[in-house]
Amino acid sequence: MNKTTLAGISIVGIMALAALAAPWLSPCQPAQIDAGNILCSPSAGHLLGTDSLGRDVLSRLIYGSRISLSVGIIAVGISTILGVFFGALAGFYGKAVDALIMRVVDVMLCFPTFFLILAAVAFLDSSIFNIMVIIGLTNWMGPARLVRAEIMALKEREFVEAARACGAGNLRIIVRHMLPNACGPLLVNATLSVAGAILLESGLSFLGLGVQPPVPSWGNMLTEAKATLGVAWWITVFPGSAIFLAILGFNFIAEGIRKDLG
Amino acid sequence: MKEEPLLLVKGLNVVFRYPGKEITAARGVSFAVGRNETLVMAGESGSGKSVTALSVCGLLPEESASVSGSARFEGEELIGMPQKQLRSFRGRRIAYIFQEPASYLNPVYTIGEQIAEVIRLHRGAVRAAAWREAEHLLELSGISCPQRAARSYPHQLSGGMNQRAAISMALACRPELLIADEPTTSLDMTTEAEIVKLLTRLKKELGFSLLFITHNLAIAERIADKVAVMFRGELVEYRVKEELFASPAHAHTKELLAAYEKVGRFLEV
Amino acid sequence: MLFGISLLSFAVINLAPGKPVALENSLNPRISAQTLERLQKLYELDKPLHERYWNWLKRATVLDFGRSFGDNRPVMEKIGERLPVTVAINLLSLFLILAAAIPLGVRCALRPDGLLDKSLTAAMFFIFAVPTFWLALLLMNLFGITLRWLPVSGITSLDYEYLNPVGKAADLFRHLFLPVTVSSLGGIAAMARYMRSSMIDALAQPYIRMARAKGLTEGSVLYKHAFRNAVMPLVTILGLSIPGLVGGSVIFESIFSIPGAGRLFYEAVMMRDYPLIMAEVVIVSLLTMSANLLADLSYAWIDPRLRDKR
Repeated sequence: MNKTTLAGISIVGIMALAALAAPWLSPCQPAQIDAGNILCSPSAGHLLGTDSLGRDVLSRLIYGSRISLSVGIIAVGISTILGVFFGALAGFYGKAVDALIMRVVDVMLCFPTFFLILAAVAFLDSSIFNIMVIIGLTNWMGPARLVRAEIMALKEREFVEAARACGAGNLRIIVRHMLPNACGPLLVNATLSVAGAILLESGLSFLGLGVQPPVPSWGNMLTEAKATLGVAWWITVFPGSAIFLAILGFNFIAEGIRKDLG
Repeated sequence: MKEEPLLLVKGLNVVFRYPGKEITAARGVSFAVGRNETLVMAGESGSGKSVTALSVCGLLPEESASVSGSARFEGEELIGMPQKQLRSFRGRRIAYIFQEPASYLNPVYTIGEQIAEVIRLHRGAVRAAAWREAEHLLELSGISCPQRAARSYPHQLSGGMNQRAAISMALACRPELLIADEPTTSLDMTTEAEIVKLLTRLKKELGFSLLFITHNLAIAERIADKVAVMFRGELVEYRVKEELFASPAHAHTKELLAAYEKVGRFLEV
Repeated sequence: MLFGISLLSFAVINLAPGKPVALENSLNPRISAQTLERLQKLYELDKPLHERYWNWLKRATVLDFGRSFGDNRPVMEKIGERLPVTVAINLLSLFLILAAAIPLGVRCALRPDGLLDKSLTAAMFFIFAVPTFWLALLLMNLFGITLRWLPVSGITSLDYEYLNPVGKAADLFRHLFLPVTVSSLGGIAAMARYMRSSMIDALAQPYIRMARAKGLTEGSVLYKHAFRNAVMPLVTILGLSIPGLVGGSVIFESIFSIPGAGRLFYEAVMMRDYPLIMAEVVIVSLLTMSANLLADLSYAWIDPRLRDKR
């Protein structure tokens, strides 16, 4: 494990711990309104200041990590599973199946992802679950291509013949013999996608189409920042830094793994 | 009094320096090429032939290659000369052709443009005149449709035609020395014979010295005045052609000769 | 071409008004009875599915997307008003990306692992990690409010009409500076990286040695021979980055209050203005697809090796 991965894991690890330990870690309740203390700059009582409803920024930040991390991981989980499934199908069975799946991939890649997601959110509710699913559904193309390429490359190799000769069925061959080879690149792709998903969720929440207040998300904390521009710098700086650090952390992990893969 | 040779190389050393290791590609190489003379430098891959040839005009990457020794061209010392000055020799007085002509020609420019470029650079011609001269040179090199060839891109021509184009480009400014680094190695035997014939003819018509690098001794037999044999970075034999074939001294020369005998005599085309 | 057409039909199929069906089925409490009725009539939900789709398709091909829910104006009219702004800003961004990334990439390639190169590699991590909307907010704070150098909203000032042409240009410039710069940042970093590796690849090619052996000046070798080859793949990559830019417009136009198609889309989504939403998706996707196609075609045109292959 090289330094880059380690750096990334430390950053992400701290956030994950914060997310898990949120109830014990945060000084205040994230939704606790304190009308007498609105827009306070960072002080002893409120380490990162308060927002326009008097809520403690630090606590909201900590609880926000729960949202961001869970959306990121689950969305990427969905897209990876979908991607592996379709990629394996396309790569293994080839010809018509492959042509069909790849055509769908090409079509989906034509659309600006953000537009698609926004449109989908318009038609459905903006619940956290929906967001996870939507992001997952729009990101499966990457893993699919990866897996497809890997399987197509391996399809012709001898050990497939050998496995078949031992009586292994298709599914077994795919899962036990071919997929493990794709694990490295898939992991890199997945970590990068988590960073991307976190960015997407923040963007959506920022626009008011993601996580709705009072549930704290780093993105919707920044919505407030737009309104209080110039008045309360802490509302802009801290949530944004959190997003930045999270993305940076996952990018480091991805880069570190990629370096190790060679 | 013996005339000073066109190119006099003495004690040429080429060392490649990489982090952690050093490779001596050529050690103490000495030879001479006289006016209108053909020197064939033979040897297997990695013997240092190309490296020697490239170092004459300072074409090795400066960061990794360290060249020492002497290479005097018409009395001027080329080793250590600053790049800016060397450029006045390249293409104009000393020209090169290389092994795979298609790779050594820029794929995005036409043949005509690449030849005309050299003519404009060294002979100061204007575009139209340079283009006409390029077509003329292509014709001289035995290409049947010079106008069409000039307008073509390298990928549209065969290996043989590309090499003829490269020869035209090299001879565009009537250099005194043509260094040919394995120009026929990647061509089929018939084309190889044609190119060798072409070079011989052009040498007679235009008058230049030829340093021909190859691993094929048959070519040496056909065109050489002198033969130099390189083995692992060192010049192991350097004789007049007839002497070398009659009584080879070094073991490696004998190996090369044996291979040549096995393959058979050179095609007289 | 056939490929393009089949792509198009696939795309349109994806956008068939099946989603309103999902809507009605999900008993969305936000929809009042009135709106539901309107939807029913509008989408002819009483008619069978394939007929509905066919009707929509027919109308869509002549770019009739119906009327907006918001103000009952024809959707195309609303989009038509705002599209030029978005297109202009995106084109400017593309231009900026090329203008900045190409020289940067070439410099890095000429001095690999030099100071500039290492800085670029390091900076890239940070550039890609920064959420662009956050950066926009920070810069707005800095330049717009604290320093008061640049305006933070719209594309023109209130007195735009009264300015002379130079004043108008300057005003536009001041307004567009932040949006265009921030949206190009990621693209610049990525493109510079590509330019660098492309240039390094090109410089390693045999024909570069031949160019030097011909006695060409180093400048000629680099910029006439190497660069021409190195810059070709960038065209395709530029095409691929267009969806990203377009998607970004939504956020940027919202932050900077720019009256463009992106913000229109955002407003439509907020208001659940379905005709507008669907129209925008189709149009934007069409534009993106054509941009990609254009990039592919121009690459085939630039590279002589591809010109002969059909």
